[in-house]
Amino acid sequence: MAQTKITRTSDLTFWQKLYIPEIIKGMKITIRQMFLPKFTRQYPEERWNPPASFRGRPVLVEENGKERCVACGLCSRVCPALAIEVQASETELNKERYPVKFEINMLRCIFCGLCEEACPEEAIVMSKEYELTFNNQEEAIFGKDKLLISKENLKERLEFLRQYR
Amino acid sequence: MEILISLIKILVVMLVLLTCVAYLVLVERRVSAFIQNRIGPNRVGYKGLLQPVADVLKLFIKEDIVPKLANKPLHRLAPIIAIVVSLSTIAVVPFGDKINLFGYEIKLQIASVNIGILYVLALTGLGVYGIAIAGWASNNKYSLLGGLRSCAQIISYELSMGISIIGVILVTSTLQLDKIVEFQHGWRWLILLQPIGFITFFVAIFAETNRLPFDLPEAEPELVGGYHTEYTGLKFGLFFLAEYANMITGSAIVVTLYLGGWQFPYLQSSGLPEFWTSIIQVGTFAAKVGAVLLFMVIIRWTVPRFRYDQLMDLGWKFMLPLSIANVIVTAFIIYLFE
Repeated sequence: MAQTKITRTSDLTFWQKLYIPEIIKGMKITIRQMFLPKFTRQYPEERWNPPASFRGRPVLVEENGKERCVACGLCSRVCPALAIEVQASETELNKERYPVKFEINMLRCIFCGLCEEACPEEAIVMSKEYELTFNNQEEAIFGKDKLLISKENLKERLEFLRQYR
Repeated sequence: MEILISLIKILVVMLVLLTCVAYLVLVERRVSAFIQNRIGPNRVGYKGLLQPVADVLKLFIKEDIVPKLANKPLHRLAPIIAIVVSLSTIAVVPFGDKINLFGYEIKLQIASVNIGILYVLALTGLGVYGIAIAGWASNNKYSLLGGLRSCAQIISYELSMGISIIGVILVTSTLQLDKIVEFQHGWRWLILLQPIGFITFFVAIFAETNRLPFDLPEAEPELVGGYHTEYTGLKFGLFFLAEYANMITGSAIVVTLYLGGWQFPYLQSSGLPEFWTSIIQVGTFAAKVGAVLLFMVIIRWTVPRFRYDQLMDLGWKFMLPLSIANVIVTAFIIYLFE
C-alpha cells in the first residue's frame, strides 16, 4: 500500500503561515461563488417533471373506460407493506373478472413498484405523481375513483416498461 | 433643550440600529445563500424584504420555556445584560461631524465622552457576563461549556484588542472617539499608519462578536447551541439581537478607529453646502460600516472554525506578541520623530 504523504504545519511556506493571503484567496472563491447560477427550484411555481423511470403513486390503467385489471390479486399478495386490497367479481367482458373494490392505502405504500412488476396485465403502474397529502387516515385510502387513470396519460411509463422489462 | 436633543438622538440611533440589526440578519441570510448557490428567503414582501418582520413576529409568539432546574433570576438576567451592553456601546461612536437643523447645531454622536475608548473596552468586557451567566444559569452541560469557552476566548482576545488600541492612542494622543476621527482627515486613516494594529484589532473584534471563525461559544456541531441552548422565544431573540448588534457596533468601532470614521477625503474643500456635507459624512460612515459587515459575512463562509487549542494558540502566541510589538514600534517611531 502506498503511503500517503501527510502535510504538516512545517511543510507550509512562510506566506501560508501568515494566514492572511490564504484568507484573501479563499474570499476570492467565496465571492466568485456568489455570481454563479443558482440551483434553487422555486417549488410551488416551478415543478419538477420526473423522468419515466420515476416511481410515483401506483395507479390503475384505464382502457376504453374500463380498468385493465382482472383482479388476480397478485399485487396484493406481493405488496410488502400490505397496502393493496382487491375484491374480485365476474363480468360480461372478455376478461371475465374485474375488481369490485380496489383500494391502496397510501399511508402504507412504500413506492417499491413490486405490484407493477407482479402484474401480468400491465394494469397497475407507477405514475409520476409525488405530491401526496392527506388530512386524515380515511382520506389516504385511495379507491378506484382516484386510482383509475386513462392509458393516454400513462403513455411514457408504459413505454418505459415495455422497453426495460 | 440639550436633554431633549440628546433624547431625540438616542431614539433615532436606537431605531436605526435595531432596524439595521433586523436587516443585517436578512443580508446575512441572502449573502450566505448566494455563496452557497442558493437564493435565500425571497417570499415575504418584495424580494423577501419583510422577512425580518416575520422573524421577529415568530419570536414574539413562541413559547418561553425555562428549564426546571435553571437558576431563574439569573436565567432571566443574562439576555438583559447581553442586550444592554451591546446596545449601549454605540453611544460613544461618532457617526457624523455636526449638523445644523432648525437653528441648532447638533453633534452627531450621542455622548462625546473624553474616555470613549475606555468606555468601549469596559462594555465589551461586560458583555462576557451575559454569556457566562446564561451558560451557568441554564443548568445544562452544553450551555456551561459554551459560556466557559466564551469567557476564555473573550479574555484572551480582549488583551490583544486593548493593546492594539494603545497604538491608536499613541498616534492620536486622545481617548475621545470624535477626536480620533477628526485626526484621520484626508487620507490619514489609521489603517495606513497602523496596519498591524488594524489586523490584530479586527481579528479581536471577530472573536469578541463570536463570529466565525471564532464562534466556539456556540459551535453547533459540538455544543448544540452553546450558551443559548436553553433559551427560547423572546429571550433567545434578545441574544440573537445582541449578537448582531455587537457585530454592528464592533464594525462601527473598527471604522471609527481605523477606517477614518465619517471622513470623506477632500469633502471639506469641495465647497458643498454645510448641510449636504454632513449628510454625505453620515452616508460615508454608514457605507463603511456596511462594507465591514459584508466582509464579516463573507469571511463566515470562507474560513472554517478554529479548534479550541488553535484559538488559544492564535490568541496568546501570535496576536498578543504581535500587538505588543506594534505598540513598541509605534512608541519608538513617535519618540524618534518628535
